[in-house]
Amino acid sequence: MVGFLIRRTGQAIFVLFLVTLATLLLVHLFPGGPVRALLGPRATPFQIAYYNQQYGFDQPLYVQYLKWVNQLIHGNLGFSNHLNQSVNSLIAQDLPKTVILVLLGTVVSLLFGIPLGVYQAVHRNSVADYALTAVSFLGYSTPTFFLGIILVDWFSVDVHIFPPFAPQGSTVGAILGDPKALILPVFTYAFLLYALWSRYMRSSVLDNLVQDYVRTARAKGASERRVVWGHVFRNSLVSIITLLGLSIPSLVGGAILIEVVFNYPGMGLAFYSAALNVDYEVLLGLTVLATVATVVGNLLADIGYAVLDPRVRY
Amino acid sequence: MSIEASGTQAILASEAELGLVPVTNQRGMFRRALEVFVENKLALVGLGFIVFMLLFCFIGPHIYVTNQVDTNLDNYLCTPSAQHLLGCNELGYDELGRLMVGGQTSIEVGLAAAIVSVLVGTLYGAISGFAGGFVDAIMMRVVDAGLSLPSLMVIMILSVIFHPTPVTIIFIIAVFYWFGVARLVRGETLALRNREYVQAVKVIGGRPLRSVIRHIVPNAIGTIIVQATFAVADSILTLSVLGFLTLGVAPPNTDWGSMLSGGLTYIQGGNYWWLIYPPGILIILICISFNFIGDALRDAFETRLQRR
Repeated sequence: MVGFLIRRTGQAIFVLFLVTLATLLLVHLFPGGPVRALLGPRATPFQIAYYNQQYGFDQPLYVQYLKWVNQLIHGNLGFSNHLNQSVNSLIAQDLPKTVILVLLGTVVSLLFGIPLGVYQAVHRNSVADYALTAVSFLGYSTPTFFLGIILVDWFSVDVHIFPPFAPQGSTVGAILGDPKALILPVFTYAFLLYALWSRYMRSSVLDNLVQDYVRTARAKGASERRVVWGHVFRNSLVSIITLLGLSIPSLVGGAILIEVVFNYPGMGLAFYSAALNVDYEVLLGLTVLATVATVVGNLLADIGYAVLDPRVRY
Repeated sequence: MSIEASGTQAILASEAELGLVPVTNQRGMFRRALEVFVENKLALVGLGFIVFMLLFCFIGPHIYVTNQVDTNLDNYLCTPSAQHLLGCNELGYDELGRLMVGGQTSIEVGLAAAIVSVLVGTLYGAISGFAGGFVDAIMMRVVDAGLSLPSLMVIMILSVIFHPTPVTIIFIIAVFYWFGVARLVRGETLALRNREYVQAVKVIGGRPLRSVIRHIVPNAIGTIIVQATFAVADSILTLSVLGFLTLGVAPPNTDWGSMLSGGLTYIQGGNYWWLIYPPGILIILICISFNFIGDALRDAFETRLQRR
């Protein structure tokens, strides 16, 4: 187990090295380099040289990389000249709001997706199974933003039940203080994730139902409820953990779209406006943050998997 | 399938692997897969819809002729009428004609991005799995890194950098999709590379690349085709997301996602349903169609393995 932990952590560190390198190279893909992105096409050669010198862009790439990583390790994600604000303070301000959205959406979708997925597997090929499969197909194929738009059209424009925008408060308390406005964004987010969990849970339970231990449990006279919820369900749940770890990039992506559609003042919206303004410090800072979250999430998921499932030994 | 027939298949296969005859078991495999595929009604419906959409987008503009280049503000948000069957958008473009033109971009980019990413992913995965050891470990860490990047964020950054045309956007989408394909194909390769016929190539002095291209890739073709089908649906969705974020193809070019983005602006100003529902529903239907086909193909190729 210790060997596995060391090896797996080593892999994660190597992956982090690769992704930070890729992210830094991204800066240099901007036409004319980062300096053009900030100073614009009319900057004089003197201004460009001055800027490059001041921000270290005239140094060799490996020096830039080491300096940048050094800043990252010390928790400094950069400074946005566009917002006149450090990326850290931007994150401190917006991240909690996005975390609320992601947590609420994920929890709601798991609460529906997992039990319904189990139900579908146990009652496979029934009318309910087909109906729920159709729902999850719809979830897979509907663009997040389109679902958001039609929900706004139905519930805010046609019938005035919910406001068309997410809560606009600047603090977490203000956001939670307006639960009515949270319903549409959270529902949209949860519906698309629901498709993922329920389909995965269904096939996972189906795989487990034919295992030997299920036959053993039945032979020992366990009730069907005990077989499904006491044995199969618990074993299927283990693999959901891996899926959760792997889903972090799509959770982040989903959050961006929800925040844009509902004008939810979180990190996704900040990232989107940074993209429109070519505010590359914010773009890179937030990308690195999301990437590190993913790598660490995958690592924890793998370790959790190894802890929970004694059959898995790497 | 009788035992005799599968015996013949096996003999043919081994002769093929020795390079004596072309790989003739391929046709049999595809024919059997086709049999399973046509039994799946949903997949046939999906296929029918895709054929219909191809006709609609590529032949349609020659029948229902509209001007999709010049704006006409006299038609600002005009309601559906005999002249404009689905009304017009805020620039006076005929919405039905725009659906056809936008559909061309969506389908072309979706197909091309899927092909590029599956080709790259297949070669990368097969080489990594076949090489094994240290090379495999490094190559797979690169894939891990790619899969850890939040794809939508980086795709947005790349779109900002490159101001995408339909051609560059293909590569922007493909850059992120091939990692997943590579990992799957590598898994298949690990299972295949110790088979006798692959070992035989090595023994008779065949080059490694020959094993990969002539033997491993054709045997993993089921997985690859299934992945390609899902990749088309995902690429169309990604393109529509970029279009919605106004980071997609530039006007007068358009795609279904960009059309939705325009529609969102006017949603609160009145009942402009034709700006929202037609493009949105077409995206959903075409993605469901490709998903149905992908599922049916997966069943078709897996059945082949079971029958063996």
